[in-house]
Order: sequence, then C-alpha cells, then structure tokens
Amino acid sequence: MSAVEEMSGQEGANQIADVVVRFAGDSGDGMQLTGSNFTEATALYGNDLATFPDFPAEIRAPAGATFGVSAFQIYFGSDEVSTAGDQVDVLIAMNPAALITNLKDLVPGGLVVVDVDAFTDKNMTRAGYKANPIEDGSLDAYRVLPIEITKQVLESVKPFGLSHKFAVRCKNMWTLGLVMWLFDRDRTVTIENLEKKFANKPDIAQANIAALNSGHAYGETAELPTGVEVYSVPKAEVPPGLYRNTTGTDALAYGLIAGGQLANLPITFASYPITPASSLLHTLSQQKQFNVVTFQAEDEIAAVCAAIGASFAGSLGITSSSGPGISLKGEAISLASATELPLVIVNTQRGGPSTGLPTKTEQSDLNQAMFGRHGDTMLPVISSSTSVDCFDVAIEACRLAVQFMTPVILLSDGYLANASEPWLVPDINDYEPFPVTFEDNAEGFTPANRDPETLARVWAKPGTPGLEHRIGGIEKSFETGDISYEPENHQKMTDVRKAKIDGIARYIPEQEVAMGEAKGKLAVVGWGSTYGAIHQAVKRCRRENLDVSHIHIRYLNPFPANLGDLLAGYDQVLIPEMNTGQLVNIIRSKYLIDAKPLNKVSGQPFKISEVEFAIKSLLEA
Amino acid sequence: MNAPLENLTAKDFSSDQEVRWCPGCGDYAILKTIQKTMPELGVAREKQVFVSGIGCSSRFPYYMNTYGFHTIHGRAPSVATGVKLSNPELDVWVVTGDGDGLSIGGNHMMHVLRRNVDLQLLLFNNEIYGLTKGQYSPTSKVGTKSPSTPDGSVDMPLRPCVFALGAGARFVARTIDTEAKHMGPVLKRAHAHRGTSFVEIYQNCPVYNDGIFDQIKEKKTAADTRLVLEHGKPLTFGAENEKGIRLNAQTLMLEVVTIGEDGVTEDDIVVHDETNKILAQMLAGLKLPDFPEPIGVLYCEATAPSYTDDVYQQRIVVKEQKGEPDLNALLRTGHTWTVS
Repeated sequence: MSAVEEMSGQEGANQIADVVVRFAGDSGDGMQLTGSNFTEATALYGNDLATFPDFPAEIRAPAGATFGVSAFQIYFGSDEVSTAGDQVDVLIAMNPAALITNLKDLVPGGLVVVDVDAFTDKNMTRAGYKANPIEDGSLDAYRVLPIEITKQVLESVKPFGLSHKFAVRCKNMWTLGLVMWLFDRDRTVTIENLEKKFANKPDIAQANIAALNSGHAYGETAELPTGVEVYSVPKAEVPPGLYRNTTGTDALAYGLIAGGQLANLPITFASYPITPASSLLHTLSQQKQFNVVTFQAEDEIAAVCAAIGASFAGSLGITSSSGPGISLKGEAISLASATELPLVIVNTQRGGPSTGLPTKTEQSDLNQAMFGRHGDTMLPVISSSTSVDCFDVAIEACRLAVQFMTPVILLSDGYLANASEPWLVPDINDYEPFPVTFEDNAEGFTPANRDPETLARVWAKPGTPGLEHRIGGIEKSFETGDISYEPENHQKMTDVRKAKIDGIARYIPEQEVAMGEAKGKLAVVGWGSTYGAIHQAVKRCRRENLDVSHIHIRYLNPFPANLGDLLAGYDQVLIPEMNTGQLVNIIRSKYLIDAKPLNKVSGQPFKISEVEFAIKSLLEA
Repeated sequence: MNAPLENLTAKDFSSDQEVRWCPGCGDYAILKTIQKTMPELGVAREKQVFVSGIGCSSRFPYYMNTYGFHTIHGRAPSVATGVKLSNPELDVWVVTGDGDGLSIGGNHMMHVLRRNVDLQLLLFNNEIYGLTKGQYSPTSKVGTKSPSTPDGSVDMPLRPCVFALGAGARFVARTIDTEAKHMGPVLKRAHAHRGTSFVEIYQNCPVYNDGIFDQIKEKKTAADTRLVLEHGKPLTFGAENEKGIRLNAQTLMLEVVTIGEDGVTEDDIVVHDETNKILAQMLAGLKLPDFPEPIGVLYCEATAPSYTDDVYQQRIVVKEQKGEPDLNALLRTGHTWTVS
C-alpha cells in the first residue's frame, strides 16, 4: 500500500511518516530545478530527506523522447532518511515519455499527476503508447490526477505577455505549486529563488511565481478526487543546531578549502571538464578569496601535472575527474608517488567502461584506484559515504596527502555528487589543524630526508635559500636523493614507499561498526554511496530481530588496522557494491574470508529492499 | 631588469652531479652557456626552477644548482604552469626537446604558448629521438633513415618556430647550441620577456643525427646559410652582406635577392621588425636550401598580458569584492534553518 493510499479515507488524519515524490519530464522541462526547490522547502519544513537527481546524458534531447526524460526523486519523512527511497508514492509525469519510463517504480495505489495537454497523439506515439493510458484503464492500479496543466499555466501567466514558448516553460512551477499544496510546503523560498534567478528578467520571474501560486491555488480550490488532499509529514527528530542542504559536490569543495586552511596551505585545483566531476571545478572557481587557484587545463594529463607542479612549489595540488580521466592521469600520479609530493585526486565515479554512462552512478573504479598504475605505485584510497560525509573525507584526503607526502585518491560518485541532504553545519574550529612545516634548514639537508615515524619525505619548496635540489621520476638514492640505479637501493626505496603507505594504518581511526554488534551472524560491509541503502536495510532487518550489523569502510587503502579481526567475528560477510565485485575480492584475498558479493551495475543506486532481500537470503540459507 | 648577481659565477649554478650526455653532445655547450648566463639575470639561485620532461635534453635540471623537476614525457609545460600558478615569484624554465615538446607534449606546448604563462621554454631541437636510440622525430627531415624508418621517413616535419607563432607565442627566438655569444643575449631577452618565451636551439646529436646543422654552424658556409636577425636592421646575409631578403609584392612571399643585381638596392631589403607578427611568421618558415635560416629574435610582443599575472589580478579583485574569507560563513550560505 502506498503512503498516500494508507491515509486516505481517514478523516482529519492526513498524516504520513514518509513519502517518496518523483518529478519526471523532458530534460528541458526544468525537473531538476523543480526538485531542488521542493527539496529546499522540505528541508526548511523540518523533514529529514534524501534526493536522487537522475538525468540523461543528452543536454536537450528531442521533446517527448523516452531517452530524454529527466527525473528528480526526493524521499522525506519524520524518521531518519538515508536513501532516496525504493518506490515512488507520488509521480509527476509531465508527458507520456515520463509516464512510461517511470510508472514501473510507482507503488500500487500511488498517486500520478499527469499533464493531459501533453498527451497528444504525437507524444504518445513517440513514447510508445498505442492508446491513451489515461483513458484505456492501464492506470487503474493507481490514483490518477489528470490535469490540463499547460492550459492552466497559459491562463495564469497571460498578464505577463510572454511568448507561447516562454509561457509554457512555467509548467514546472505550476506543478511545483500543486505538490507544495499537497504536502503543505511554504513557497516563500522558491519565490525568492525565482526572483534571484530571473533578476534581469522580471517578467519571467513574475510569470513563474504566478504559475507557482496558481498551481497551489488549484489544489486548494479544485474538486479533487478523494484521497488527494493536504498531507502532513511530521518534522523529523534530528540533533539541534543550524542546518542547510548540501550536495556531495558542495560539501567536497568546502572540505577541500577546509583542508587547505587546516594545512595552512594555498590550494591549486587543476581539472578538466568531465561529467559528473565538473561541478567541483565550478564550485571551487567561485571561491578564489580562499587562497584557491583554479585551473581549467587543456586535458586531464595537464591538470594532474599542474597540480603536481603546484605541490612541488609549496601549494596543495588537487586534481579531479571521473574514471576515464583518472586513467589518463595514471602516469602522473605515479610521478607524484615517486617524487613523494602531496596530491589529492578526486574521482567522481560514473558508469563505465569507456564513456559508459556519464550521468549515472557506479562504484567500478575501486580496482583502478587501488591498482590502476604502472610499477609498484601504492597510495592511500579513501571514500565518502554520503553527500555530507564528502566534507570530512575531503579534509582527511588533504591531511593524508601532506602528512605522508603522497598522492591520495578520494572516491566519490555521481550519486553523491548530485544528491542533496540536510547538513548539520560544522564549525571549522572544531577540526584539528595539521599545519605543514616546510624545511628551511640547510644543515644536513637532502631531498631524501624522511620523518623517521611517518616515513614522509621532507618538503622543501623552491624559493628557500640553500635548499636548492632536484627531484624527478628516476629512482633516487635512499640516502642522498640523487639518481640511483643500484639494485639494492631500488629494493629499499620500493620497501620504504610501501612501508610508508602501509604505516598510514597507524594514523587513521579503527574501523567502527555503523550499526549493530561487533560480532555476530552477518556483517554487511559497504563503502561509498551504498551507505544509505545498507543502513536502512540493516535497520529494517534488526527491527525483525535479525542478527546483522553494518560496517562501512572509509579507508580502503590501507584498511584500518582492526578490520581483519573485526570481520573475523562474524559468521558471514556480505559486500554490496555497484560494480561486479571489487571490494569483495580485495577483502577475500587480504583476509582469506568467504565474503559474499551483492552486485548491481544498472547505473542506479541500490534499493533498500534489494539489500534487505540479500540479508534475509543469507541468514535464512 | 634585475642587477646581476655580482658574487655568483657559472660554477655556482653547476650541481654536484656528473653530467652524463654522450661525448660531443650539443647539450654540454648549452648547459655551459646557461650556467654562465644565470648570474647575469640577477635572480637569486633559490628562485630559479628548471622543469623538464623526458629525453636527453630533459636531464638538464639535474646539472643545474637551482630547484629542478625532471617530470614525465611531454608534460613539463603543464608541471611548470602549476609551479608558476602556485608561486608567481619563481623564475621558471622549461627544458624540452623536439620529441618531448612537439610530439608527445605537443598539446601542452600549444596551450602554454597560447596562455602566455610567464616562463622560458627552451626547445633543444636535434631532429631525432636520442634517448630511445635514434628514431625519427616530428622535426626530422623527410627521408630520415632511422631504426623505425629504415627506408626513410615520409611524414612532413614541423617547424618549431612556425608552430610556436601559430599557437600564439609572444616571444619566439632561435639560436645555436655552440654559439654562446649568440645564445647568451637571446636567453637574456627571453628571460626579460613577461609571458612565455619560446627559444628553439639547434642542437647537434653526434650519435644519431650528427651534422644536420653543420651547414648553418660551420664558418665557411654560415654566411650564406644563416640570416642573423637584429631589430631595425636590414635582413642581409652573405660574406659581404651582399644578399638580402625582399618581399615580393606580387606573391606576398619573401625572396632572396642580391644587392646590385637586377636593380636591387639596399632599400629593397626588408628591415627586421620583431614586433611584426606577419613578418615573423614568414621568417619562421624559411629553410635551407632555398633560404638562409633565421637566427635571433623572430618575434617579441612585449605588451601582451601574462596568464599568471591575470590569474592573480583576478583573485585580488575577487578578494576586494568578497572581503576577508571566512569558511564558517561560507558553510552557512544559502538557506539555513535551526532545529532547537
């Protein structure tokens, strides 16, 4: 039964615990903008929430095409929400293509709002409908709210004298107004956003606002079918404090700025445009006041090389890309490893191989991060598990890079980058600084000097008198840093590079259990953006008294020192991943345990139910 | 221009590393001239940074007692861009070769030149791959026999100075490995220029491509095979400066003429103007055997803004607009709400 259906018929008690809404339309219909405004209103209302923007690779696909459907899903409720939801309770379908591609996710009894004006013969044929689904009974399993949205919109924006093209574009705001009425959301912020967005086109701004208000008024005044009335979703119980919404991209960008501040270093961020990583470059390029230099290089290789050059000169060099771009950076990453310079490499993963699914999410670059370079290039790999977590993980990447003089790979993904969630805004003063001390003493200096504890190489930046030295990709003498082809020396240098990275395990937190006991029948072990689905699935199973725990690994190389012992405490280990089984192989080979894979590579995040099913299958077997 | 460093000599710019080029390699002469020129530039040793890629020429930084970074094949311009972006106070030199800079690194070469990053880019052109044992390079003449082209190369070579000008370089010069008296002043000019200074250096590889520049280098032929460029001076050459370069008004091409023959007078000879890009592009394309090859500063556009200057200028403006950065304030931007 759907959340909406559940409450209908119970007079005056239109309260539901949580609900999933999906806005779907043409990629030019403004669904992402609609979704983000609804998200903002929902956050301000006080619900916990998670979102899933899902858009096609085509910028403007032909109108009405199924491959051009852009969707934005939001799950909000009064309890902890950590995924965008499995099934949709309310579907907004702006045209036949949006309906046909999204209906399968609508829960039986769910509400579907359609713009009947868009159900023309041409659009229906293009979407693959032989008959009008609104009329032929194929939607009988759902509550259908067919509205002449286009007509309503044109009427409501008439006073502004817009051309037909611009007038029709207000459709998304009309629909948003209606959905805001349905869930009792405040329109003030959306109105402010529209005024800001169209500051130079006041007519367009006012038309959109009129459409928004008109949609809202329609809900209030039209005689809608039973069960379509205002629902209230009680506020979530969350820790007190100041909140905002954030996407993974914004949190990551702010985390990198914070990392630079905590290291007391300027940042040089060098990148090349690639979906879904580009937005990190956009965000950072707006923050030049924070000792941040951004550089859009001519290609991926130039980007990573510029970052390395910046680190050599005494900044924290950072580069960012997605899987295919990281492949191109491989040789240079090994240079940073060989010369032992700090470097942060952010990989916002997408579906592969090759161009693959640029706008869809996947976790299939773990093997690349761990092993995808020539020679014995070892480096730390860490991953963020939620949009908010991107902030802390970015800081941690900066810390590891400068404390150990090494390139660090930070794995995020397309889902985390675009999805937003409420963020209890941290205070930067609560973070432990890790200021860098550059070498400035010429006495006994060689570029090969190391910290005896961390094995980090000394960092002496150009401009420092008396410390003139040369570094490079050729193997260097352990003692002097000069070129050395000596067999014993290469063995020793390889051993030292490995010991340095392995030793990081002593400087990272022990692995904790995210939910459940530290031993038992089953541990579900995840990394990255599967956090939400695993967490909810484990929570549901534990409510049914199943003996299952959730462990989420942030530090993928080196693993936390206690991970092997921790995993040995469970009868079974299940590893869900959005790849064909990469972490599971590493865990199996490193700890010799019979960990079981759960794999999904559809470009979509795991559903809670999928993980739940796998847990129950294992425990019942 | 900075005052020379009085107390330093070439020796102070020589590192303790044993130089390991083949005996007779043109790189030795270039190294010596650069080491000798460094004190005259008036920039402290610790502010000098040499960045190189891969190849024989790219071993260069190891022999300079400055900061140095021997990077990966073709990418030195990118690494150097990062160095300069990080610290614009540093004096950055890129040392590259014809394979490193124009083949595997051709893209980066194009972009560093178009951006006009403030650095000196020295391209040692020996028209061959030395370190990988003698394959033909993108500047090798058609017909070059090499291990990978035993029957002679068939692809058209690139003219480095033509490429540089095409990419938008604002300073383009050419000099010769063994001619310290010519190279020194060219290096000083390159150093003084704000922006990317591109200097092609004809360099002899005695092992794999010996003698390719002999015609231009040898005293007995040099007068007829090289065209020494001096700003404001006529483009004459020959033992008695009897020959010159004239612009053919019909074909809009340069041609070799002899003064005193066919009514040609000194007034017909083109006067070198290093600020004239059209002329520079024509000069850059001149090659033997039809023309003498130009040596000196082909082009210098002194007023073009340098990329690194502009990047920092933009940041200053942003800082003025946005005020002192406050991360906690940034984290609290957008719509926030309080849960009590």
